[in-house]
Amino acid sequence: MSLLRRLSAGVAPAFVVLAAIAVVALVMMVTGFDPVAAAQAAVRGAVGSEFALFSATLKRTTPLLMLGLAVAVAFRAGVLNIGADGQFLAGAAAACAFGLAVGDAAGRSVLLGALAVGILAGALWAGVAAWLKRRFNVMEVVSTLLLNFVALNLVGFLVRGPLQEPTGAYPASATLLSAARLPLLLDGQRLHVGFVFSVGLAIATWWFFRSTAAGFQIRVTGASRTVAASAGRLDVDGVQMWSLVASGAIAGLAGACEVTGVTYALYEGLSPGYGYTAIATALLGGLNPLGIIMSAALFGALGAGADAMQRDAGVPAEFATVVTALVVLGVLAVPGVMKNWARITGRGEQ
Amino acid sequence: MSGEGFALELRGITKRFGATAALNDASLAVRSGSLHMLLGENGAGKTTFLNIATGNLQPDTGAILLNGQPVVWRHRADALAAGLSAVYQHFSLVPAMTVAENVALAGPRLGAKYNRREAEDTVRRIANNAGLDLDPAAMVGDLSVAAQQRAEIVKAIARNAPVLMLDEPTAVLSPPDAAQLLRWLRGFVSSGRTVVVITHRIREAMGYGDEVTVLRRGQTALSAPISSTSEQEVVAAILGATDTRPLAFARQHSTAVRQTLRTSVLALHAASVIDAGGARRLRTTSLEVRGGEVVGVAGVEGAGQYQLLRLLAGRISPTSGRVTLPPSVGFVPEDRHRDALIADFSLVENMALRGIEARRGVMPWAHVALQVQSAITAFDVRGGDVRSTASALSGGNQQKFVLARELADAPQALVVENPTRGLDVRASQEILTRVRDSAAAGSAVVMYSSDINELLATADRVVVCFAGEVYETTLDSDAIGRAMVGVR
Amino acid sequence: MPTAVLDGFLEATVRSATPLAFAALGELVAERSGVMNIGLEGAIAAGALAAFLGAQIAGPEIGFVAGGVAGALVTAVFAFFVLALRSQQIIVGAAVSMLGIGLSASIHRAMVSAGESTAPVQPLASLPVPGLSTLPVVGDALFAQPISTYLLYFLFPLTGWVLYHTVFGVALRATGERPLAVVAAGHSAAKIQLAALIFGGVLAGLGGATLVVAQTGTFSDGMSAGRGFIAIAIVALGRWTPRGVVAGVLVFGAVSALQFLAQAMAWNVPYTLVLASPYVLTLAAMAIFRGSRTAPAALGQPLDGGL
Repeated sequence: MSLLRRLSAGVAPAFVVLAAIAVVALVMMVTGFDPVAAAQAAVRGAVGSEFALFSATLKRTTPLLMLGLAVAVAFRAGVLNIGADGQFLAGAAAACAFGLAVGDAAGRSVLLGALAVGILAGALWAGVAAWLKRRFNVMEVVSTLLLNFVALNLVGFLVRGPLQEPTGAYPASATLLSAARLPLLLDGQRLHVGFVFSVGLAIATWWFFRSTAAGFQIRVTGASRTVAASAGRLDVDGVQMWSLVASGAIAGLAGACEVTGVTYALYEGLSPGYGYTAIATALLGGLNPLGIIMSAALFGALGAGADAMQRDAGVPAEFATVVTALVVLGVLAVPGVMKNWARITGRGEQ
Repeated sequence: MSGEGFALELRGITKRFGATAALNDASLAVRSGSLHMLLGENGAGKTTFLNIATGNLQPDTGAILLNGQPVVWRHRADALAAGLSAVYQHFSLVPAMTVAENVALAGPRLGAKYNRREAEDTVRRIANNAGLDLDPAAMVGDLSVAAQQRAEIVKAIARNAPVLMLDEPTAVLSPPDAAQLLRWLRGFVSSGRTVVVITHRIREAMGYGDEVTVLRRGQTALSAPISSTSEQEVVAAILGATDTRPLAFARQHSTAVRQTLRTSVLALHAASVIDAGGARRLRTTSLEVRGGEVVGVAGVEGAGQYQLLRLLAGRISPTSGRVTLPPSVGFVPEDRHRDALIADFSLVENMALRGIEARRGVMPWAHVALQVQSAITAFDVRGGDVRSTASALSGGNQQKFVLARELADAPQALVVENPTRGLDVRASQEILTRVRDSAAAGSAVVMYSSDINELLATADRVVVCFAGEVYETTLDSDAIGRAMVGVR
Repeated sequence: MPTAVLDGFLEATVRSATPLAFAALGELVAERSGVMNIGLEGAIAAGALAAFLGAQIAGPEIGFVAGGVAGALVTAVFAFFVLALRSQQIIVGAAVSMLGIGLSASIHRAMVSAGESTAPVQPLASLPVPGLSTLPVVGDALFAQPISTYLLYFLFPLTGWVLYHTVFGVALRATGERPLAVVAAGHSAAKIQLAALIFGGVLAGLGGATLVVAQTGTFSDGMSAGRGFIAIAIVALGRWTPRGVVAGVLVFGAVSALQFLAQAMAWNVPYTLVLASPYVLTLAAMAIFRGSRTAPAALGQPLDGGL
């Protein structure tokens, strides 16, 4: 790639994010909020202190990074997995149920078991959609979406029934014992080992796509199904199915880590739209695992900042969702406008 | 030639796409009431000319005149409204809708009501008046190729346009259907309309046309009434050189002398193919291809060669019967962008496509890069090096690269489908020489070509596909032509 | 089952089905023209909020109309990215969904913290049709509804008529099957898709509006509850025909109304599982009916080449 293209590829995401923030600042002013105060509170809350950095931003980055990787794996195979939320919840529910069931009985290995079960549950949840697609030709866009709602209601059922905490007063599970909790990385901070897992997973995924045959098979399938089938003689349906399952497995791990590392319990609001933010994260990172580390950190900061914004400056945290949405649109707009400029301005071919 | 009596004129048209000039000061003058043939090789600029005439593209310079009046078209709709109708090479029909609906689609007013009975009556009337056999209530997807073309024509004449242009109308028709169409066009012209036919088939053009224009490399090489020129002159204008058909060289250059044919390498045993929609695309067929021979395959579009080739290449499985294949079969499909190359991937990645389904573990990228280097050198692939992406190469070089890739591990069999489509004469020659050389080295080669002369120059024996059946014929252009129609 | 309960169940069915019917009908037209708009969810959310605001200012009828306008605006964003920039429809749709949901939630939150009233607005009046509304069993359910529901009774046959009995309808269906044929005939495929999308957006907005002015009377975060996505599933289930969509919407409405039935009949079924049943049902139905084989051939593909 020419230097100019490389530069624009690196600069464009930053530009997009700034533009998104600018638009939201405008909306804030219109609805009567002070964007400057909001920004100050947000920045303080995201990176303004050690606590902010580790216990707010990076803690949030962990699930976003893993989910972003999950979405990227599927997208690179040409599979539109919009169900990362549901797979995340499935993993969280399974890990929590396992941890509560085993309790003290097996020492530290309960944690490993919980993570493994979480991975399996996420894989299975995505597997339902994969099976529906392979066997019945059901569009994965619709099935993964619907399964999100099923997962949410399933969790609702669990936390009001079989898994509900002993007092029966809240729709949440009992708390996991310390044997089933992920160790913390730093004293006094809420950042847990899951963060290391997620960065390690990102590097492993990067290596996977770059250097392995399976990774290349996925890339080829996503780039052109027809070439993959004809020149590559690949079983494209199979490749896509397994990519979706792998995607679900990673999302399940993300859920398991969240439950064993942050909340130590299961409840319905475990995923504040992480699945959709993950799409933005994956896209902003260019579907490249190393880029996704950066974009996940960015969205982690955004989430932490939004919380602080709401707490300290009284600005609704939902504005962060708007920024996320605008970022996705911005990421799409840049190449879209460049490619279609002639046509849009009427100067080009009809 | 210009002035009165010309229904359509294009003067001094230049059109560039990036650095290449598809048309360079080209001209066309079509006399009213004539059947005008526009000839030229692949890539000469004929389709670009058509697109400019019908308003799909804007010329960089030049003028268009309709009945002597200059016109400027910004959209295809302008040309349609002015009275210029076109039938394109790739049909623009909606398979899931009926003929009547397709014809109504081409109607000028979107706000009009659509009444199924009336629309069908209208189509019936137009078809009958024109002498075309067509069922308005039929679903277009169910029609034969010839019937679909009739539907396209009805669509084009439904608007009563005085000028009709057709792009390679006989390319997809069997010889008798092609002759019938050309006779119909003559009749149509005698009723006062003007028709322009774009074709690369010289005999058809000379046999049926009134006037001819030849395009070569974007310029007008010849423009004359047919009665005052000869086939030789036209051929010379098309090729631009004085040598005889270059394709004949491919056969002569090959040095192998095969005294005894080797063992059977590819074989079909009573294999048939039924597609996903339940249609029988290839009837029970048995065929053997031996090492060292080139089997040519001929057939009109949709006759079954698509399935035949892919069975032999191991890309599809037979619905019944068996296929015997060697472990390694090279396959060069007709549509490289859909089936063979990923434009945005590097040449190294594209090389790695071959054999990817069996690979496990780590990708040996360094080794693949070496393969690319030797492929570039051995096959004289120009325009790129090991670091380039596939899109950096021209069409001819891409095709050479694909062939190099498929031959990289010296497969025992090679299947190629219209390997010279869209290539200029020199690249075509290189490709065909390689194909022959592969056979000379002992591979079993199967080659499909929609150009009978190419087949005759390259193949040792020929099979013809017709309506899903496969017949062997003699190496004779008449015999092949008849077999393509089902006459044996 | 006592008649009162049956009556109530049917009434709940129609009420539940109405917002979905608006969204699904709009999406049907969009998908027949070749575009899959997952951003529908955002249009519904925006419509709900706009209806709430409009109703507060000028009454439920204005709120209803405001909802349609909001839906059209949100969908216009989608249309710009998909038609002008030729971006991937699914990704744009996900982003527009987030945008619509996020914006409406933000604005609503802003209202709450600014101390604006969040009291329920006066809903659309129920307009019983004289004569028909006294029919046994179906009378209340079908003919004692607000004007929004009656609008649907008119829109469905109108859509069918336009799709199958006008040349524009032929062109629209052709755009979803083979846009090249439409362009070759001299029409603008992009303009047709734009018209279809805006129609879909208006209807989705109206659907969101009915959630507020014909049901709860108030706005709450996440009240769209995935209806936009369910509408997409219903269009596929209904084989992309107006009649199929009506059937799908009614079935779905009935399953949603099971909540009512479960309460009224005191069934001992966990509430959350009942909530999940519509989604599970849709999945099962899509598997059984294998909807995508009759999808418009060019659905989801960006237009390439000329407009």
